[in-house]
Amino acid sequence: MRGLLFLLLWLINSSLHAQLNIEIFGGGASRIPITIVPFAEENRLQQNITPVISADLQRTGLFRLIDPAGSSPHSPAEVAYADWANRGVNALVIGRVTHLSGDHVEIQFRVMDIAKKSQLTGLAITVPTTQLRAAAHRIADVIYEALTGDVGVFSTRIAYVLKRGNKYALQVADADGYNAQSIIEYTEPIISPAWSPDGNQLAYVSFENKKPVVYVQTLSTRERRAVANFKGSNSAPAWSPDGKKLAVVLTGQGGSQIFLVNTDGSGLQRLSRSSGIDTEPSFSPDGRYIIFTSDRGGSPQIYRMPVTAAESGNAERLTFEGGYNVSPDYSHDSKSFTFIHRNNNQFNVAVQEIGSRQIEILTNSKFDESPSFAPNGKMILYATEINGHGILSAVSRDGQTRQQLSVQTGDIREPAWGPLPKWK
Amino acid sequence: MRKLLCIALIVLLSACASQTTQPDIDDLSSGAGNESGLSGSDLMGSDSGRPSYFSQLNDPNSILSQRSIFYDFDSYTVKSEYRELVLSHARFLRDNPAASVILQGNTDDRGSREYNLALGQRRADSVKNMMILSGAQDVQIESVSLGEEKPRAMGYDESTWSQNRRTDILYRGE
Repeated sequence: MRGLLFLLLWLINSSLHAQLNIEIFGGGASRIPITIVPFAEENRLQQNITPVISADLQRTGLFRLIDPAGSSPHSPAEVAYADWANRGVNALVIGRVTHLSGDHVEIQFRVMDIAKKSQLTGLAITVPTTQLRAAAHRIADVIYEALTGDVGVFSTRIAYVLKRGNKYALQVADADGYNAQSIIEYTEPIISPAWSPDGNQLAYVSFENKKPVVYVQTLSTRERRAVANFKGSNSAPAWSPDGKKLAVVLTGQGGSQIFLVNTDGSGLQRLSRSSGIDTEPSFSPDGRYIIFTSDRGGSPQIYRMPVTAAESGNAERLTFEGGYNVSPDYSHDSKSFTFIHRNNNQFNVAVQEIGSRQIEILTNSKFDESPSFAPNGKMILYATEINGHGILSAVSRDGQTRQQLSVQTGDIREPAWGPLPKWK
Repeated sequence: MRKLLCIALIVLLSACASQTTQPDIDDLSSGAGNESGLSGSDLMGSDSGRPSYFSQLNDPNSILSQRSIFYDFDSYTVKSEYRELVLSHARFLRDNPAASVILQGNTDDRGSREYNLALGQRRADSVKNMMILSGAQDVQIESVSLGEEKPRAMGYDESTWSQNRRTDILYRGE
């Protein structure tokens, strides 16, 4: 009983923590003012829905949440448009939960356009009560898409490595850090998880055989295979956009160099050719280029090379600012990449436009690592360090909104944002 | 092609050697190395189950008891203060062909884990190359990287980081 109470308190505590740590910078004049009214009957559920929707929307940095201040309309007829307009609200989300038999609920919601005094969009979703967070994420996606015209990423998943004591767990969780599940656990390090383009598999590096070996694991069956287990070190897997090949980094032929290998481990082909370190490959969305970290110029910088073997000698240097730029991840529109930039002894998340070479530093923490774009390019997931612990964090593309996502104890590192679900 | 690469590598390495390690190699031929080999055979049989050379390796008065090379941030250059340490182990390997080592490259925990894995490999490889140029055989030395994954010291300051930026020399069977 005592244990249960403790667990309950811990759960409450951690969920509070997760809701409270959104940091917003700047005036946010361009943010869309929105009010999300708690849905009728939702407080009878074990999991409230609207706080999850609010946190999802707020984390993007594109919305300003205005408190309903006691008003609680649940149907269009109850909406006093003039009042909401006076309070500066552009969009109002209202809804109702209906309890069905057999542990299912129906959630109806509408997004009301206050200026036009009309419904912008609306939907009814029926889900089992075990899927309430997933339903909330889908609703947040619908709201986000109606108000921004862009695809929502709240129903995506993330992968990362959790270190607790001497145990390393590869975990998969919802994009907000909840519903974490361990895929594998070992007492040796795991690094560099990478999602297959269809979201069904993860490639990663495990040290379980006393040296780095690249594995691919299917999430639904937990079945896995070694795809790069050559002499020397095998690491840094990256999937080609068609899901047929992996770029990996091998030391077997001297140095750390980038190779292509089929996902069944066959067809090894060398891609990069330098006398130094070439690592951390990331494919362009069209699969024609790889950006990677290389120290061929004397310090680690980001380079780009064509994937076709005949051209791979022609790597073009992309970063010139600072003496340490690593861990590139291509954006899904091919126009930019995110990476870690060292500046004044800080390691920060940055974004560079490929055309203009303009860089923006998005964070001000000390030890950021492993940045990964959301599939819509509007947020970046990364690992950082607070009070000696690795935590998950997300920053909006403009750097104005940051949120800690970690709700667990232990060290979190190596996050990777998964692809859009198939129904998107 | 493979052969060509090998040759290119050797040319590269010897180019490096001619700039940096030449004086030390000259030292080797002056007899210092032979002495250490002799003292090894003097101690033969003093420790029943293990090869005789271990007692020499663990003599706290011998430079061979020192097993770590430390580096600057993002560097794999063996600093001059560690050159004698590396060359002493190289001579020892040359004089004891049955001995073999694993070189483990490590980095501090800042920046990129993958880049640090590669940097640790480069640290271990550069020690291996120095040892081979000083008479050790390729088969006696395996270089591996632990990257930033196995820190010796925990913390967030330079004194911690500097302890973790190192290559460790581990003798097999020790």
